[in-house]
Amino acid sequence: MSLSVSLTVNGVSRTIVLDDPRVTLLDLLRERFDLTGTKKGCDRGQCGACTVLLGGRRINSCLALAASCDGAEVLTIEGLAQGGALHPVQAAFIAHDGFQCGFCTPGQIMSAVGLLGEGQAGDDPERVREGMSGNLCRCGAYVGITEAVLEAGRVLAGREKGTAP
Amino acid sequence: MSLHEPLPHDSAARHASGEALYIDDLPEPRDLLHAAIGLSARPHARLAAVDLAAVAAARGVVCVVTAADIPGVNDVGSAAHGDPLLAAAEVEYAGQAIFAVAAETVRDARRAARRAQVTYHDLPALLTVDDALAARSFVLPSKTLVQGEPGAAIARAPHRLSGRLDLGGQDHFYLEGQIAMALPQEGGELKIYSSTQHPTEVSHMVSRVLALPCHRIGVEVRRMGGAFGGKESQASQIACIAALLAHHTRRPVKLRLDRDDDMVLTGKRHGFRIDYEVGFDDTGRILGVDFLLAGHCGFSPHLSGPVNDRAMFHADNGYFLENARIVSHRCKTHTVSNTAFRGFGGPQGMMAIEQVIDEISRHLGRDPYAVRRVNFYGKAPRNRTPYGMEVRANPLPALTARLARTSAYARRRREIAAFNRENPWIKRGIALTPVKFGISFTLTQMNQAGALVHVYTDGTIHLAHGGTEMGQGLLVKVAQVVANEFALPLERVRITATSTEQVPNTSATAASSGSDLNGAAARAAAITLKARMARVAAAEFGVPAGEVRFANGAVRAGNHTIGFDELARLCHRHRVSLSATGFYRTPGLAYDPAAMRGEPFFYFAYGAAVAEVEIDVLSGEYRILRADLLHDCGRSLNPAIDRGQIEGGFVQGAGWLTTEELWWDAQGSLRTHAPSTYKIPACSDLPRDFRVAFWAGRSHAPALHRAKAVGEPPLMLAMSVFFAIRDAIAATAHHRARPRLDAPATPERVLLAIAALAAGGGAAAAGVVAA
Repeated sequence: MSLSVSLTVNGVSRTIVLDDPRVTLLDLLRERFDLTGTKKGCDRGQCGACTVLLGGRRINSCLALAASCDGAEVLTIEGLAQGGALHPVQAAFIAHDGFQCGFCTPGQIMSAVGLLGEGQAGDDPERVREGMSGNLCRCGAYVGITEAVLEAGRVLAGREKGTAP
Repeated sequence: MSLHEPLPHDSAARHASGEALYIDDLPEPRDLLHAAIGLSARPHARLAAVDLAAVAAARGVVCVVTAADIPGVNDVGSAAHGDPLLAAAEVEYAGQAIFAVAAETVRDARRAARRAQVTYHDLPALLTVDDALAARSFVLPSKTLVQGEPGAAIARAPHRLSGRLDLGGQDHFYLEGQIAMALPQEGGELKIYSSTQHPTEVSHMVSRVLALPCHRIGVEVRRMGGAFGGKESQASQIACIAALLAHHTRRPVKLRLDRDDDMVLTGKRHGFRIDYEVGFDDTGRILGVDFLLAGHCGFSPHLSGPVNDRAMFHADNGYFLENARIVSHRCKTHTVSNTAFRGFGGPQGMMAIEQVIDEISRHLGRDPYAVRRVNFYGKAPRNRTPYGMEVRANPLPALTARLARTSAYARRRREIAAFNRENPWIKRGIALTPVKFGISFTLTQMNQAGALVHVYTDGTIHLAHGGTEMGQGLLVKVAQVVANEFALPLERVRITATSTEQVPNTSATAASSGSDLNGAAARAAAITLKARMARVAAAEFGVPAGEVRFANGAVRAGNHTIGFDELARLCHRHRVSLSATGFYRTPGLAYDPAAMRGEPFFYFAYGAAVAEVEIDVLSGEYRILRADLLHDCGRSLNPAIDRGQIEGGFVQGAGWLTTEELWWDAQGSLRTHAPSTYKIPACSDLPRDFRVAFWAGRSHAPALHRAKAVGEPPLMLAMSVFFAIRDAIAATAHHRARPRLDAPATPERVLLAIAALAAGGGAAAAGVVAA
């Protein structure tokens, strides 16, 4: 059985024929679209390394069936920077050393973008830590991750108010 | 210039953009096959029949291999033989590899691997350390280290205690699982991309398994997605299976374990059972101590010899043990063979003595930090380790005093006591624990490194060395060293993948030694090149070579200044080689492994931590409220990188001692083999208030640029969390209660410890020896 799926990935419309309806969004991204920035850590929705945004909301792409993403808008780490300018979350992760080995980093960053979009964490480190707790970092770079999310939140809030770059 | 600066990781921008490539991200060759492994379902059995017909017939399958298909030697043991690549006649743990399959897709390979018909004839299985001790089942002979007269000292002591501590193991849980891709090349050569801490060992093992000479095998790794010791030796098995399938199919083969297989198939940190008896005086000073360290090695020796040696070497931690006996049993069980894990046995040894100190403190009703102080290494003769090495310039008294002050330890202990008096259901605890960790491989020959440096005629530099990058920032540190030597900006130095084709015969990137060894080797290469370049400049400008200076991206010779790139071109015109190797061997190591005496370590790294926790008496759950870390990095090569190592090591150590539980069932199968059941720390587990500082004392480190190794030592700062939990549990009873708490201190274990205290139990019930 094959089925056709149309979706927008990082602003580009794509249509693809799947010969297996069980293909996950993660495998579609990595194996069919060569978007290998999104990582496979556990393949069962527990580690967060595969986090992408689906319609602006963060999901574990290893748990999403590609077939269920027809018509969806997907944003991955490769689509985050705009015209060569890093997204504030990316810049903050670099500035605060929010990684060591880097394997979980794309997922952490996409999760952080999603978290900030949800508008729940604010400037409370406890809520940021809680909101990021679905993304495991075995190197334990959580201090840098927390600081990066807090700073990116400030930058994004400033932009909305028009008081910061 | 860049040396000692808090520069970001060399791959920082690529990590943030998703461009950093791990092996599974590399473009796949068009005829790539994917591999999967067939695993044993039994812990100990004779393989009566292995019927792989259905596997071979499954969709997409191209090749199936068993032990019989190995052209060379069926063994990937590193420090010792005994680890078959594929089990031949007998399996010795549930999860052991029996066969491997290569198929057109990952799904085909994994589905096929499950179709084997294996007939097992079960044999008796020893699953626990207790089983092994009862059966005297060991992978290696036991060892004993004695200093002074422990038996007599304990017998004479005014106070005596004995007890037991069980320490669980720990899965590495590198986010990037084990992976290798083997690509046949022309002329029967093999190119292997392996997520390994030890490319040289991968090439040796592939050579052994395929009976191929080393010069036909190239192994490369640009970076790993975490390793922590789990890819020091175990990467070889993965690479060898990929290479074996590539050998038989003449096609490239990728083997990436899925998470569950990875956790079942690969070894972990050794669990330990620790039995102790100690005699001490009224101040808590240890007069004599007797340890039995029983390490859970699994089915084969693998790295268990040096791991258990290091446990013995660290059973003193920072304390002078005038009379000590340390017996080490290397227990053989029918479980996965345990391996290197950050600390390499050291943390387990240190937990033994810290448990003893905590027990003494509670027995005497003294503050544990006060008991620690009276036991710290001091001046001669109180400065000799049980293995005969002198502890010089021990910073722990001053370092812990400073930490006690900056963390307000004494005041907070009083506040916690007051809090605990008023709160029956929430209890708090606090602990200050030190770290002293020996730096060097205890196998002396491993303390060497090589490097290769090229200067191109545009003044840019190519740097290669034997060290591998697993997130610890080694590559940027070594590049800083080289840039500093040439007085060039860091961006002039190109960091390259680690390859056996660039630098041969390397040691594992392990034992925290990566930057000490490889930095020194790279610096040696740079110094060689500078000397050659200086001679050319000296001749050109008519000044003595000794007056040529490299500074600020330029070279000064007397009154003349030319750009570094210009001098490179000048050297080329004069036909002077701009490529050099560098080599380094750690000096001063004088260790007799047979006697276990001498100076196995180049120096010690130190640190200390204060942790405060809060436990819920009704649920056993806890939270780290605050942690203050003070760590000695010497003159840090890169304080930003080192800070990450300190914070991350603490987090990982806290995971080991609290939530990470390896749980085997009665059939010897690991049941916590995915993050759904095996809980590593999450962001929300960070201490609510987390303060990290560098010890600012003068660095006596003899290593490169007076920096100290930092990879492993901070992990042991997390002992403070365990003993803070123990402190909080004790507060549910009375201040001299001695809870029986094993590690990991899961909420379940915390509850059981509280319940045992309430019932009048705890360690005290079994452990007081009448004095």
